[in-house]
Amino acid sequence: MSVYSTSQFKNGLKIMFDGDPFNIVENQEVKPGKGQAFNRVKMRNLKTGRVIEKTFKSNEKVDAADVIDTEMQYLYNDGDFYHFMDPNSFEQFEASETAVGENAKWLKEEDICMVTLWNNVPLTVDPPNFVELTITETDPGVRGDTSGGGSKPATLETGAVVNVPLFVPQGEVIKVDTRSGEYVSRVKK
Amino acid sequence: MSKNNSTPENTASNNLGSWRFNGPLCLLKQRAFLLSSIRGFFAAKSVLEVETPILSSAANTDVQIGTLSSQSIVESKEHSYLRTSPEFFHKRLLASGAGDLFEIARVFRRDERTQLHNPEFTLLEWYRLDFDMHQLMDEVIELIQYLRVQLGGAELTIESTSYQELFERYAGFNPFDISLSSIQDQCQAHGYTGSDLSRTEALDFIFSIVIQPQLNMTQNTEEGNQAVDNNQQAMGLMIYHFPIEMAALAQAHAELPDRCLRFEFLWGGVELANGYQELTDAIEQQQRFEQDNLTRLKLGKPTLPIDQNLITAMTQGLPECSGVALGVERLMMSLLGYQSIDEVMGFMAENS
Repeated sequence: MSVYSTSQFKNGLKIMFDGDPFNIVENQEVKPGKGQAFNRVKMRNLKTGRVIEKTFKSNEKVDAADVIDTEMQYLYNDGDFYHFMDPNSFEQFEASETAVGENAKWLKEEDICMVTLWNNVPLTVDPPNFVELTITETDPGVRGDTSGGGSKPATLETGAVVNVPLFVPQGEVIKVDTRSGEYVSRVKK
Repeated sequence: MSKNNSTPENTASNNLGSWRFNGPLCLLKQRAFLLSSIRGFFAAKSVLEVETPILSSAANTDVQIGTLSSQSIVESKEHSYLRTSPEFFHKRLLASGAGDLFEIARVFRRDERTQLHNPEFTLLEWYRLDFDMHQLMDEVIELIQYLRVQLGGAELTIESTSYQELFERYAGFNPFDISLSSIQDQCQAHGYTGSDLSRTEALDFIFSIVIQPQLNMTQNTEEGNQAVDNNQQAMGLMIYHFPIEMAALAQAHAELPDRCLRFEFLWGGVELANGYQELTDAIEQQQRFEQDNLTRLKLGKPTLPIDQNLITAMTQGLPECSGVALGVERLMMSLLGYQSIDEVMGFMAENS
């Protein structure tokens, strides 16, 4: 397993700490004129999402976390696992429900997602920033009202519920920002 | 104040590829005025301005300081070294009989680049014959207050406190009367992780991770959210009687053998100056240099050639004196109320 020295610390570096993979989000070098230097680090636990603050002695070594981000195509859900495929190697990976978490509601077959692999197992799955999904259920649209005043809930093909303008009918394909969960626009076919 | 708004990473990338002086041009005038004020202060006290070599065939062995090297300047040596401080030449001048002196010296330290560091920076270093530590501490405060008034800064309160009192006040324990395991526990409680810290390292940790952030008064005031002038909030702190293990080139305390005659001046939690009542014993000096090189070997760092000219000078007789080095860019930062050294330098490592 490869190791990093604290002098290599920077934002985005993935390291092991207490048996879990972490992502460094802030690294502050504290270097007195005389005496021991330290690295004050904020890092996110990639399994739980929690951010902790720790201080390392400068020039100490820590294990690198074997974590890589890979773009993969979402294939299907077999009831237990979400299946993804690396479009370059055609290798397939199974992501657990824990790894996918809340993001399950944005996963549409064939979409390209960012899968974070830890020791070759999916750790987290991030959907594309924008997805195009069909409305499977919503109240009838109000014709002619395109002014955007007022909204209504709409259920999408993946099960996600988003607020859409009153004029958008059932069966329509819409664009949604997965980061905010907000409706962006209708998609013209 | 948020640490995020000017992390070194951000500022470093902003400077990349910039040919321009990265800052308002009035900084040039402010710096020129600051330097001439410093020269005026010392001229009035008959302290002589000197210039000493930047390249030397010997180096500073201090384990925590990185040295930049260059091709040799004499045939008999393999390398030369960029000075990390003008200290050794100053002591050779003092032993030669030069008397009170100061230098505004460009110095170089490898691998130092943060919100408060640039590898090339300026030290104001000065030596006073027959001054004890307290007299020099008073003169540092006098200089700081003089320059603050010259540059039109807001009122500055400066307190003096011993290293022991500082720890009792901000960390809740007496650093000279606590077991190693108790300090180590304190460090872990404050987020330390890694191999066991030695006593000195653990005290360094408490000093820079626990105490120093509390000294940045802008973070602690209740009105912290309002737009307040940083200068009005910041406090100056003179800290003296460091533990003997941290003596470097300072004399031991005559009555308290576990402490030394070393002081530091901090402004708003930022270290500005470090001074000693100077060690004059050539044999002890030689031993400290050799110990540094042994520690360097243990840590896998390169050993460095000891300055034998300094040792000889001290054998001939270094007069009783006190000396101090003060970071000019950090001083300018503090005087003008900035949080990052980038804001006063314009040309940093990334665009130099």
